[in-house]
Amino acid sequence: MKDKLLQIKEQAIAQIAAARDDLDEIKVRYLGKKGELTAILKQMGGLSAEERPQIGQLANQVRADIAEAIAKKAEQMKAEALKNQLEAERVDVTIPGKLPQQGGLHPMTQVLDDLTEIFLGMGFSVAEGPEVELDYYNFEALNLPPDHPARDTQDTFYITDNILLRTQTSPVQVRTMEKQKPPIKVIAPGRVYRSDAVDATHSPVFHQIEGLVVDKGITMADLKGTLEVFTKKLYGADSVVRFRPHHFPFTEPSAEMDTQCYACHGAGCRLCKGEGWIELLGCGMVHPWVLQNCGIDPEVYSGFAFGIGLERVAMRRYGIGDMRLFYENDQRFLSQF
Amino acid sequence: MILSYKWLQDYTEIDAAPRAYAEAMSMSGSKVEGWENLADEIKNVVVGKVLSIEKHPDADKLVVCQVEVGGAEPIQICTGATNLYPGAVVPVALHDSYLPGGVHIKKGKLRGQVSNGMMCSFAELGLTEHDCPDQDADGIMILKDGSYTVGEDIVTALELDDLAVEFEITSNRPDCLSMIGLARESAATFRKPLRLPDPRVEHESGDIGNYLKVDVETENCLRYAAKVVKNVKIGPSPKWMRDRLRVCGIRPISNIVDITNYVLLEYGSPMHAFDYQQVKNGHIIVRQARPGETLETLDGVVRHLDETMMVIADEQGPSVVAGVMGGEKSGIADDTTTIIFESACFAGPSVRRTSKKLGLRTESSSRYEKGLDPETCISALLRACQLVEQLGAGEVVGGVIDCYPAPKAPTVLHLDADYTNRFLGTEIPKEDMVKYLESLEFEVRADDSIVVPSFRADVAHKADVAEEIARLYGYDKIPSTLAQTADEAELTREQKFARTIRQQLVGMGLYEIITYTFISPKYYDNIRLPADSRLRDSVTIRNPLGEDTSVMRTTALPSMLDILSKNYANRNLSCRLFELATVYEKAGDDQLPNEPEHLTLGMYGDCDFYTIKGVCQGLLDGLKVPGCRFIPCADHPTFHPGRCAEIELDGKIVGVIGEVYPEVAASYGIKPRTYIAELDIASLLAGAVETVTYKPLPKFPASTRDLALVCDEEVLVGDITESIQHSAGKLLEKVEFFDIYRGKQLPEGKKSVAFKIVLRSENETLTDKHADDIVAKILKNLAPLGVSLRA
Repeated sequence: MKDKLLQIKEQAIAQIAAARDDLDEIKVRYLGKKGELTAILKQMGGLSAEERPQIGQLANQVRADIAEAIAKKAEQMKAEALKNQLEAERVDVTIPGKLPQQGGLHPMTQVLDDLTEIFLGMGFSVAEGPEVELDYYNFEALNLPPDHPARDTQDTFYITDNILLRTQTSPVQVRTMEKQKPPIKVIAPGRVYRSDAVDATHSPVFHQIEGLVVDKGITMADLKGTLEVFTKKLYGADSVVRFRPHHFPFTEPSAEMDTQCYACHGAGCRLCKGEGWIELLGCGMVHPWVLQNCGIDPEVYSGFAFGIGLERVAMRRYGIGDMRLFYENDQRFLSQF
Repeated sequence: MILSYKWLQDYTEIDAAPRAYAEAMSMSGSKVEGWENLADEIKNVVVGKVLSIEKHPDADKLVVCQVEVGGAEPIQICTGATNLYPGAVVPVALHDSYLPGGVHIKKGKLRGQVSNGMMCSFAELGLTEHDCPDQDADGIMILKDGSYTVGEDIVTALELDDLAVEFEITSNRPDCLSMIGLARESAATFRKPLRLPDPRVEHESGDIGNYLKVDVETENCLRYAAKVVKNVKIGPSPKWMRDRLRVCGIRPISNIVDITNYVLLEYGSPMHAFDYQQVKNGHIIVRQARPGETLETLDGVVRHLDETMMVIADEQGPSVVAGVMGGEKSGIADDTTTIIFESACFAGPSVRRTSKKLGLRTESSSRYEKGLDPETCISALLRACQLVEQLGAGEVVGGVIDCYPAPKAPTVLHLDADYTNRFLGTEIPKEDMVKYLESLEFEVRADDSIVVPSFRADVAHKADVAEEIARLYGYDKIPSTLAQTADEAELTREQKFARTIRQQLVGMGLYEIITYTFISPKYYDNIRLPADSRLRDSVTIRNPLGEDTSVMRTTALPSMLDILSKNYANRNLSCRLFELATVYEKAGDDQLPNEPEHLTLGMYGDCDFYTIKGVCQGLLDGLKVPGCRFIPCADHPTFHPGRCAEIELDGKIVGVIGEVYPEVAASYGIKPRTYIAELDIASLLAGAVETVTYKPLPKFPASTRDLALVCDEEVLVGDITESIQHSAGKLLEKVEFFDIYRGKQLPEGKKSVAFKIVLRSENETLTDKHADDIVAKILKNLAPLGVSLRA
């Protein structure tokens, strides 16, 4: 009987090893109620009292061994089946993906959003003002009375004698100061208009971002510090700037801020016309008369203002040489950003 | 303004290299745009002497010359020039030499004869006939006057080594449109002393009173000074003067004209020279023009004058538009023997208005309109006469006419060192401030009052003084600090809403465009607006660049169509765009227009009405704007009458959407069916849910019913949907249209519409009966619409 059990075990193990789809049948054949092992065990009654426990133990051992072999095999077969399935499901990952419909923000919006984020982070709110503007706000309140020669540098579109298309975002300074008492800390992005014929670097419509800070004790050193931080955030911590005296009727002292040419690092090249510097923005301390025009006492308060040409920043960032592309809106252009 | 570096040395001593000079001047406020030096372009060109000239053996039009150039042996040069003679002293470009324009000269052979260089004309040296009035334009430049050394570098010999520095002068500093002004800035920048000229005339004869009488009858003439010169000899001016004019970009003409230009450059004060014979009775009248008067100006144009324009006239009529341009006849001619030098100061605004009105901008007008200093008039006048004397161009008549009705007292300000340092954020010692101001010719008195020099009309406030101090101290030395002020900020609800719109639309596959806000009034025809449409009432630009950009748009649809059309013309097969577009709604005549922001959508290719409507609905969902209805609109002129809807929100039309009317698409040259929409952003914002409140997730299962309904073709899905919503009431979680069918299995003119209806209660599981009852109610209420369950 012992030999019989061992023979069954050997046979079963061999069959299990060779099993393919018939593992369940094998299980029934050996371990089922009508299986071979059960059949053997039924003959246990004929054994002597000494043999019975030995054979019983052996039978249990054989049953356990077969069950374990079956379980192992089942697991192995399952793993193999999964492996085969996965193998069969292989795809060519180099085939291009199925893209959702693509869209995108206009490059100027992207640049404006970036600048706005920088200034929001520095505590500037975003102010707005009309594009069709009164002469008073665009010129007079900014120290540009009628017949002021600086008016000629800003060729103006007029609607009536008193109404024009704003030539700069600076009128928003005046409107903000009229509405709000210091502390004031705002930027005012927007469209501006000058009657320039269209070419690669001129457009009758373009965008500026105006900045204005007014409070007690604001100094020119604050102007420098603020714009330096802004430039480092825009162009990286290693960017270098310089402030050069300039003239704007509504600021005094006035300056232009240049950034060191990123192509030649100040050595002078074609891009910076040999100067080593590229002009980025105009700025200055708000002229006391402008404060006064807006009902703010220049003996108590001071402030600074600046203006950035958005197109210039965007052209420089993306290496765009022709401003017209921004307004042609060819989808092949728009989809690059 | 172009500065001659050599000339500058007359007033101060600056020896900085070009770049260092440019940088220092730019940093102290006089922006240098660039510089050039003719000498840098001429290399290895020397003074030579022609020893012999022989005919070229093989060429009729060439000669072979032996030329002494300072070496041991003369060199042979072939030339086609015909003005040479043995002994002629000429410029010789030797082998391996450079001429202006990058011309490189090397030795070679001409028709077999060796030529070791080139003899040069003045043009080849970068000069013009005006610079060399005594030279033959077609021949080799002949160096006369015997003062040249053979072999000497031509740059030294002709004194070509001068740096021309070009400055960009801002409109507040007309004083810097002069050599003296820039010399003052240079001296202050480099901390060098300044030497100003003190012009004097040595010999005068006669009395101006016997020649000239001047009446100033207008207050637009701030000062009018004149001197007379007799026995004038018109001729070329000397080389040194021509050289300086050339470097400063002025064409030398003749001694008297050159003198006026020289003084203009030196003092920044425009001068005029009249032919005395042309001034009737020697009587000059400065007055406003009379209506109807005309004057033929130097450029040959007859100008129609009016009383807003100032003229210099004699008893017969105007001869000069004051400060703008002289008359054809008043100028000096070759036979002029007596001249009047005028040195005047005219009021800037008057000159500016006249120049604008006449459309005539000149060197003189562009200076006057910035506001010149009347105090300079006499020095400039004397300087001109001194030069006349020096050049032997005439005899100066004694006396000067000076009409100066209202000299202005100098501006006096106060030096407040504390204020200045507080304002700038600096700690500049007061002594340094005084030093800076004095170097710019401000007088600082013991009581700290500052007398502003007359040529600095731009300095009128202590902030202006602070700028003078700051720029000479150096902007780069001002520290960098961060203001202790407001440091919190966020976008307004409107600004965030605009950002969300952009993000939503980009997420749905649209590209953002930015367009011009002014359009052609014809664009309203393109979109078929009726003649009486209120949208045609646009804000109109009085001086547009052209008709295409002459009115401010009242709708942004033409801009969108224009960009779609350009994309189509550029062969972009499909296109999906949007714009956040400002439009301009006219208010009263003297009022500013409203500037609402509209949203436009536009697409063609791979899309239909439901694509753009889907984008629109997706956007409204994303913006949390519930309750928009799409109402069929058959009468919008821009749209297909069967494929257009007005968008209604809270009983108000907030937008329009649909397929573009075929003629409109055709006028834009777009062939595929094109879909556009325009919505008012403020109305959407007004309808947007500000704060979303969480609704608990359902605890009980939903009952779902699919309904296939049959109705007439005319019945709108929207109406059926609304009826279902109304009937099902609170238990309706969702009604979803999912199919429409027309075809053989239905009678003609009928359609089948399928909906999925999801019902759910918050408090219990709905029984089938309850759900069935609701469906029954839905069907009952649909019956009047002619809608029934499909059999």
